[in-house]
Amino acid sequence: MNYLDFEEPIRLLEEELEKARQIAENTGIDGSATTSELEQKIKNTRKEIYGNLTAWQKVQVSRHPDRPYALHYFNILSDNTFIELHGDRTVKDDKAMVGGFGKLNGEPVMFIGQQKGINAKMRMYRNFGMANPEGYRKALRLMKLAEKFNVPIVCLIDTPGAYPGIEAEERGQGEAIARNIYEMFNITVPIICVIIGEGASGGALGIGVGDKVLMMQYTWYSVISPESCSSILWRSWDFKEKAAEALKLTSEDMLANKLIDGIIPEPEGGAHVNPEEAAQILKQTVTEQLAKLKKIKPEKRIEQRIKKFEAMGVFED
Amino acid sequence: MSWFKRIRSGILTSTEEKKETPEGLWHKCSACKFISRTEEHAEHLFVCQNCGFHDRIGSEEYFSIFFDNNKYKLLNPNIISGDPLQFTDSKKYTDRVKQVIANTGLKDAIETAVGKINGKETVIACMDFDFIGGSMGSVVGEKIARGIDYALKKKTPFIIISKSGGARMMEGAFSLMQMAKTSAKLTQLSKAKLPYISILTNPTTGGVTASYAMLGDLNIAEPNALIGFAGPRVVKETIKRDLPEGFQTSEFVLESGFLDKIVERKKLKEHVSFFLEVMTANTR
Ligand SMILES: [Zn+2]
Repeated sequence: MNYLDFEEPIRLLEEELEKARQIAENTGIDGSATTSELEQKIKNTRKEIYGNLTAWQKVQVSRHPDRPYALHYFNILSDNTFIELHGDRTVKDDKAMVGGFGKLNGEPVMFIGQQKGINAKMRMYRNFGMANPEGYRKALRLMKLAEKFNVPIVCLIDTPGAYPGIEAEERGQGEAIARNIYEMFNITVPIICVIIGEGASGGALGIGVGDKVLMMQYTWYSVISPESCSSILWRSWDFKEKAAEALKLTSEDMLANKLIDGIIPEPEGGAHVNPEEAAQILKQTVTEQLAKLKKIKPEKRIEQRIKKFEAMGVFED
Repeated sequence: MSWFKRIRSGILTSTEEKKETPEGLWHKCSACKFISRTEEHAEHLFVCQNCGFHDRIGSEEYFSIFFDNNKYKLLNPNIISGDPLQFTDSKKYTDRVKQVIANTGLKDAIETAVGKINGKETVIACMDFDFIGGSMGSVVGEKIARGIDYALKKKTPFIIISKSGGARMMEGAFSLMQMAKTSAKLTQLSKAKLPYISILTNPTTGGVTASYAMLGDLNIAEPNALIGFAGPRVVKETIKRDLPEGFQTSEFVLESGFLDKIVERKKLKEHVSFFLEVMTANTR
């Protein structure tokens, strides 16, 4: 287990609990009263800490090293029927973007999402969840495939941004993202997008145009990361907390601003505390939403999709 | 030196200032230092006669380049920015907007207009870099959306002249969603088989590149413009080495396969007019 700085009280209690268990085991004395008291204490502490998170702390939770990533959810949502499909058919297979067919409650679904690595080596392999243009093009290829066979699409978004490298620019990162956004508006099958971690800017929106766009509770979605915003607008890296507040990037703020359609609750203390439960909650939500969307005619869905995004903006006329 | 600067900013910023610029003064090319008379420089569409460097110009100048006899009607000229996030950094966003409006005479980072290009009625949306770096916020998205609605109603072609550092950070996710909003509207234009020409000028980066600037039926750029998704500084910090010569220039982007053509400013109208003609000849 890894702990964030503000999770220190939880870590200390967990440590205490572990010791109490060891003592009970070593001495054979019944320590159940002590351990259950500690367990209750941990639960309460978690509830208190997670009930009062700042925007910046929520950003930290969205990046928690133990937080589940897209493939974890694909497997549970599909009852382990998910089969990954590779490649954009042009350049290569982007490991930061994954996708494939699976069955959700027996019904076919195309799953697509950015994937972060679960350890140091895999983080490199997954390029920290930063897709190159071929990742976006693979995603679009899979969406078109799904559309052709009338299979709904579920996109799980978790990226610190599209990769800003030389080759990415050469192969048209801007065009790839633009093309996806554009094409997603006219995909005839239902699309559900869920921010499961970080929703950074165009890199997120590149698979983020959906009939329903939802955010898990402890995630963020904005035009820029708080760190980069701090460095540009405050000309220093030290104002990330302030920038996180100012950007109104939490799920509550995004819903209040009508830029998303709903929030998916997470287990007490965040998805990393109970990844299985987090996935079950997600599964239930996606199942319900898909059932509703399937009842709408494709032309109507597309019209509503366009209208929803067209209404976004605040100005004086 | 300072009077060179003064003329330059006179040309590039507000109309008020421009009128006050005394005639007979001089322009110095920021690339090759070539000196020419200001009026002469303006006659050459603010392109250096010696080295061909394209000075950055605003919507007013582009409208005068494209529209016949400089005759056009502005669409929705009075839309101004709201403050969806009540955003404050070193100053309040609302104060910043007010100040930029006062300084530039512009209402936001884009102006939309309808007029004739060699007799063909066309809607042009042109960005203004002087307005908070040409950043894309709700006003930019809304004016493009309404410009497209106008084009759909009147069945005219649509042109966007991009010139932007990217998203308007002070509008957070509202700014991000303008990428989706404008792209959504472009799909409607496409379904109506109305041509959309994207003209990319210096600089076109970030969310503008990752939405409407790259979605033209034709993508045309002025020479030597900076065009990219990530800014060069970000790319350099990421890869931790120097960038290759000519990286993210129009020429680089054309060679990479993302531009149809690079066209000098003085030939823009002629080319655009030709393309509009061939793209609409058989669709009427
Ligand atoms: Zn020159």
